[in-house]
Amino acid sequence: MAFVELRGASLTYALGRDTTLALADATLSIEKGEFVAVVGPSGCGKSTIMKLVTGLMPATAGEVEVAGNKVRTPIKGVGMAFQNPTLMPWRTTLDNVLLPMEVVQPHRGRFRRHRAEYVDRAMKLLGTVGLADFALKFPWQLSGGMQQRSNLCRALIHEPELLMLDEPFGALDAFTREEMWGVMQALWLERRFTGVLVTHDLREAVYLADTVHVMCRRPGRIVMTRRIDLPRPRTLATTFQPHFVELVRELRDRIQQEHD
Amino acid sequence: MTRRDALRIAMPWLVIAVLLVVWELACIFFDLPEILLPRPTRVFVVFCQRFDILLAFCWDTLWTSLMGFLLAIAGGMLLGLAIGASAFVYSGLYPLLIAFNAVPKVALVPILMIWVGVGALPAVITAFVISFFPIVVNVATGLATIEPEMRDVLRSLGASRTQILLKVGIPRAMPYLFASLKVAITLAFIGSVISETVGGNRGIGFLMLSAGARNDTATTFAGLFAIAIMGVMMYAACALVEKRMTRWAFRGEIVG
Repeated sequence: MAFVELRGASLTYALGRDTTLALADATLSIEKGEFVAVVGPSGCGKSTIMKLVTGLMPATAGEVEVAGNKVRTPIKGVGMAFQNPTLMPWRTTLDNVLLPMEVVQPHRGRFRRHRAEYVDRAMKLLGTVGLADFALKFPWQLSGGMQQRSNLCRALIHEPELLMLDEPFGALDAFTREEMWGVMQALWLERRFTGVLVTHDLREAVYLADTVHVMCRRPGRIVMTRRIDLPRPRTLATTFQPHFVELVRELRDRIQQEHD
Repeated sequence: MTRRDALRIAMPWLVIAVLLVVWELACIFFDLPEILLPRPTRVFVVFCQRFDILLAFCWDTLWTSLMGFLLAIAGGMLLGLAIGASAFVYSGLYPLLIAFNAVPKVALVPILMIWVGVGALPAVITAFVISFFPIVVNVATGLATIEPEMRDVLRSLGASRTQILLKVGIPRAMPYLFASLKVAITLAFIGSVISETVGGNRGIGFLMLSAGARNDTATTFAGLFAIAIMGVMMYAACALVEKRMTRWAFRGEIVG
């Protein structure tokens, strides 16, 4: 039994009399500890898949199951990171990273009494992404890449079983983005959470994922699923190997087909 | 500090000085009678002569304004949070609030005096009613403009509505609240003085009214200046609190 299961899940937005089919009949399963990427052009329903899996929106047809339970309302304790880092400007980086601890049980009940222990944990995590010296700075004093790294820390601090990433590196420059792939992979290799990455960067998808799902629009649907058999850890050098390039090309061709 | 900076800081004082000089010269040049427009020097003399009386009446106005203002903060925050957090409260109350805000508050004072009599209470209530609207609107705006992603992050952690309000809503609304306080404090003064002028037996508004009735225009003007000085001082106090409390919202000034 897979950790995340979508069976014929659809989502229709209704805006007045207009209805838009954002996602049609999506069926996919994600194993526990698997890192999955969903790629496709904008407006193909990539983010909709995220909203369905986390229960932020209920499916209008079909079924969504996480850890064997049907998802209807927001499921608890998921880690989420968006393109916009959404850090709170009134909190320091450390306090931003600690936010989930103030919300998720059992940490919420222990947080006040064991604050030092949690600060320790947050500092360690910030250390692994190279931000130990910036913990007491405010997010607006950090660069875009640093903000996104703190954002990842916030998404991971409570050790969620499921991490949802919605184009988390989309707003970064190409060099910082490639550096973040390395950071992300290191975190995943260490913790082995189940990851869902939504992106339109095919190289990013191939670098990070075990499985890539290709989506197309109007209506949004999954048109191809490809396993990525590159050995880990993957490095920047991997991205220039023929097999990597071939995989990227295969995905690109499949997306192109829809437009011909 | 360069000379340019020094000049920039001195600018408001220079402008005031020039205005006063023009006023003084105009009075002399056109030979205006004091009952119509007293010269600034004359107003200054009266201001100094009657300083103790002015101070006593100012004190009345100051504390009624502040009482009304504090009530407005409490009421405005509660209502603003309710309106910003709930679409139902919003659609139910917002049109009513706008209608109420459109009512000239001068019209309320006679009614208030029928209800609570003459004295400090109508001034406090008028100050409250007039200064509470901007606070409500600003707090509600702060809450309503929370980024949807911020909300999603908290919802996917399993946060309740109350938690979202405490962790994001209220801190997010703080800069809006403090910005509105600057507007609200000056409005509170207007409220108090209106109430004292329409019908009262105390406060700087009453002092000006009775001085006017005695054709003592210089004292009326002295009162006017006293109100302006109090208003500026209270505004400055609010601006200071604003900067202290929401440093993050002024981040441009800190990191440069």
